[in-house]
Parts: sequence; structure tokens; C-alpha cells
Amino acid sequence: MNSKNILIKVNQLYKIFGDGDKSALDLVKNGMGKDELLEKSNCVLGLNNINLNINRGKIQVVMGLSGSGKSTLIRHLNRLIEPTSGEILFNDTNILNLSSKELIQFRQNNMSMVFQKFALFPHKTVLQNVGYGLAIQNISKDEWSEKAQKWIKRVGLDGYETYYPGQLSGGMQQRVGLARALATDAEILLMDEAFSALDPLIRSEMQNILLDLQSELHKTIIFITHDLDEALKIGDRIAILRDGSMVQDSDPQEIIMNPADEYVSDFIKDINRARVIQAKSIMTPTNTKSSGATVKEDMVLEDILQIMSDSPSKPVTIENSKGKVTGKIEMVNLIEGMKRPKSLGTNITG
Amino acid sequence: MDWFFNFPDMSRSDLREFKKTVDFAFTDFSRSYGQGIEEFFEPLLMFLVWFEKLFINTPWPVIIFSILLLAWIGSRSILIVVGTFLSFMLIGYFGMWEDTMSTLAIILVATFLCISIGIPLGIAMARSNKVQAAIVPILDVMQTIPSFVYLIPVVMLLGIGKVPGLIAVCIYAIPPIVRLTNLGIRLVDKDVLEAADSFGANYWQKLFGVQMPLALPTIFAGVNQTIMMALAMVVIASMIGVKGLGLPVLRAISNQYLALGLMNGLAIVILAIIFDRVTQKFGLRMQKYRNEGKD
Repeated sequence: MNSKNILIKVNQLYKIFGDGDKSALDLVKNGMGKDELLEKSNCVLGLNNINLNINRGKIQVVMGLSGSGKSTLIRHLNRLIEPTSGEILFNDTNILNLSSKELIQFRQNNMSMVFQKFALFPHKTVLQNVGYGLAIQNISKDEWSEKAQKWIKRVGLDGYETYYPGQLSGGMQQRVGLARALATDAEILLMDEAFSALDPLIRSEMQNILLDLQSELHKTIIFITHDLDEALKIGDRIAILRDGSMVQDSDPQEIIMNPADEYVSDFIKDINRARVIQAKSIMTPTNTKSSGATVKEDMVLEDILQIMSDSPSKPVTIENSKGKVTGKIEMVNLIEGMKRPKSLGTNITG
Repeated sequence: MDWFFNFPDMSRSDLREFKKTVDFAFTDFSRSYGQGIEEFFEPLLMFLVWFEKLFINTPWPVIIFSILLLAWIGSRSILIVVGTFLSFMLIGYFGMWEDTMSTLAIILVATFLCISIGIPLGIAMARSNKVQAAIVPILDVMQTIPSFVYLIPVVMLLGIGKVPGLIAVCIYAIPPIVRLTNLGIRLVDKDVLEAADSFGANYWQKLFGVQMPLALPTIFAGVNQTIMMALAMVVIASMIGVKGLGLPVLRAISNQYLALGLMNGLAIVILAIIFDRVTQKFGLRMQKYRNEGKD
């Protein structure tokens, strides 16, 4: 990984909620876990030695069950929550050293956020909501409303400018939230379970809007979710948190093929493997053409299965996006790929 | 066993000495500073007199028209405007026009004073838990202490007249606006404030752009209560020289004039109802964005 591509670097970040957090910090650094800490010092361990590199222009997903610290982590990036110890580097500037004036500047220019419960201003119209981040920078009304207008159109809410958030459906409200975050042209987009409150169809639609926007804007997005399907759909990288600690941080395919521990295995046990595992994860590397059809590296098993079912005995050829042959897949590879990783076998029923 | 049945209180002479000391101390204080305090309130008195004269000297049709206009702007309800018109015609017809104007003048000035002191105080309380902890007990005392008790030092300091009356009304009427401003701001959704923070809003932008507008309905309930309590004080205030509808009521009590007392009392009630309905409707209209939710 090229260090020039890293936009945000989180180093040894700890957060402990409660009184006496400094003494509790020593306990945690000496290896005390969340439950023990709560019992011994009445402090809650929020984040435990988090190290994370976030690449410029990519979507970094942070996953975990509720209480795992993912919302706490994202709020450290714009310092809505102050850490107990550690550093957060943005282009080599430690965000934690910013004065309150600099912090306000930083929030106005570099980062914007989308919230789980939308957090729109109920007393402001859609236009005023979207323009809010600009309006508080003392930009003239003409200028911010023009920009806001542009983003309202971009998220497909043309004609709703004068509506109040209370008059819109959940999906529409989150479009407003997305437009509000995009309107400031901030390089980094923080999305805190942004689509979790929406029903499945609308959620999938919002995910597509986001991916569509991302293919054009190339923002650096930190996306919090507890939904693995969502993480796999939009994430370029997935980090998994448990009880405030980082369990695994890797490529999405890697998480499915090689879960780091039982906790991650539990996460992935219910997914439809045929629909998410890509050819490159199960192929046998080779650069000679095989007898069957030729497919791309990122094709999922389900689709390969369709192709192979016509002539099961012929292995398919895998090629990369440039058309170069990189491997082959036989029926036995497919079956192997569909199988859950071995470490899972014992404690899973049904 | 005497101490068991009779409370071991301080001796009579000690008690007398204690009271004397307090009284003398306050008399001394009022002798040396009374003049200065009175001068401090001089501009307020001038304003109050001017404002009352304005109400009394303006021809009644102009006053009624202005009041109806305000009632319409506030409530947008024909029913309330018509009711207001009939009420003021009746008040005038029964010869209470001038007293009503005096009362209206002092109520409006008192409300204005309460709002301009109470809202900043409420904001300060919402900002800091320490300030809140300091002010809440003071408000509790102000709301529970019998009004006659604080009339005594006010009268000792400022004598009898409009200003002490106004101060007495304000002491009684200010707690709701302070409390409800504080409450309204504290009740603003934390998520929304977090959103404002995340976009880099500073304290004042949050206060005036988000907290105050969202707290407005609650603050307005406070204004409404303040007006109601100010009206309730006019009879007591008239004991220390405030003219208006309270004075005839006071006269009616001491002379057992049933009709006089009833008429003026009802005029106060009518004013209260009009103020209440208009401000409540206005408060409701301010939060119309809340009532149009689809789900």
C-alpha cells in the first residue's frame, strides 16, 4: 500500500468513557478487557488501540455490532468525541492538536457527515438544510442556494426545495442528508449507519446513488454499518470492530475467504457466498487458456455456475480487466468456494 | 422536661434586637442608596408614564383598530378578532376604558422587561449547569414567596408608585419565561445539534440558527405564562400605587361594592383570555412545520 494514498491515519487510538479515564487507560494498555474494566473501575471501554489507514478516494467500511465502538470511532475523526489517547493524522496534521477555531475550519472545509437518524433541521426547508454547511461559512445566499440547488437535483429531489423535512419520507430525508453533506465539497464523507434506518428497497436504492456519485466524485468515504451485505456492496476495504478493538481490516473478499476469528465468522455465516465471492478469490492461478468459456476476475460464483452448468467438465478461463489470462476455475473450485471456511464448521448448525 | 414541650426559642429581647438590627440596616441602606436607585429607575418611570399616556390619549377607535390588527396578525382567526372587538366595546361601554388602558400599558411594559431579562437568563442557564444550579433556587423562591413579603423592601426602597409596582409584577411574572427558555433549549434534539457541530457551526450559529428556532414554541409558552402572571398581579400591584383595573377592585373589596369588583375583575379576565388565545395561536403557527409530517 502506497503511503501517499493514505489520507487519514489513525494511530493507537484509545477512548475510555467515565471518570478517571487516565488511570483506566493504563489498565487497558496492560491488556484489561471491556467487561473487566467496567467491573473494576466503572469505566466503559469505547476504543481499544485502533490503528487504521484510510485511503484517498476509497470507501472504507467500519463494521461491528451495536456497542462495538464504530459510531464512537467515526466521531473521533471530526472530534465530536475527544479521545483518551492516540493520534489521528489527516495529511500529516494531527487533528487532535487543532485549536477550536481550526477545528471549526476543518469541519467546514474537509469533512462532512451523514447521520443514521438523518438529523435534518426540522425548521429549515430542504434548500436551507442542504445549504446549511455553506451558509454558516458566511457565503452569500445566492451562492449557497445555487450550489444547494445543484445537489438537490443531483440526489433527485428536484421540486422539493421549499418542503420541510417532516413532509418527506425517510428515503427522501436521507437524500437531503446526503446532499447536505456533499454540498460543502468536503473531501471526506463520514456516514454513520446512514442507510440503516431505511427499508431494504430504499436502502439498496440509496447504496446505488452513493456508488454512482462515488464513481464520479472519488471522495474518501468512511461508512459505518452493521450490515455485511451493505459492507460488501459498497466497501473497498472493510474493518471489523468488536468491543472497541479492531478484529480485522482487509479487502472484502479476504474477509469472506479468511475470517480472522469466530466473531468475524459469525458475521459472515449468513451471507449468500455464491453472490459475493468473486472468481479471483477461488481460481487456480495460471496464464494458459482453459477449454471452457472466458470470464472476468470479478464475476461472482453464482454467475460462473450458470455458465459452467452447460458443460460442467470444462474449466473456465479467468481474465483480468485488461483481458490477460490469470487463472482457471473447475467445478471442484466452485464447490470449495461455496463451502464455509473450516474454522466455522464446528459451532454452526443448519 | 420543659424544653421537650416548649420549643427552646431565643429570648424575646434577643429576637427584638435581631429584628431591629435587620430593619435598621435596611433602612440605612435605603436612606443612603434609595435616592440613587430611584434615579436609576427614572428613565423607566418616564417611559412607563409616556407609554400609559399614549394608550389613554390615543382616540379609542384607533386603539381598538390596532388591537384587532395585532390579534389578527397573531391568531389569523376571525373568531378571536370578533371576540376581541366585542370585549373591548363592552369594557368601554361600562366605563372602564381608561383603567383598561393603564393596565394594558403596565402589562406590556412588564412583559417586555421580563422577556428582555428572562430570555438571556434562560440561555445562560441552558449553556451551563452551574448557572442553572444557581438560578433555579432563586426562581423557586420568587415563585413561592408571598408577594406581600417582597413588596415591603421594594416599597421601603422606592416608595409607592408605578416603578415599584412594575418591579413587583416582574418579580412575580419572570420565572416562567426563564424556566421555559432554559427547558426549550435543553430539549433540542442532540442529533440535530451534533449535525450542526459536524458542519462547523460555532456557538452563536448553533444558538440562533438551531436552538432558539427549535425552542421557540416552548419559549412562547413561557411568554404566554408570563403575561398571564403579570395580569394576575395587577390587583396586588395597585396596592402600591399602580393605576388600572386593580384599583377599583381594591376599592370594591374595602367597601363591599359587588358590581364594581365584578366588572373590573371580569375586565381583567377578558384581557387575560384575549392575550392567552392570541399568543397561543401564534405559538402554534410558529411550529407549523411540525404538524405536516407524513408518517
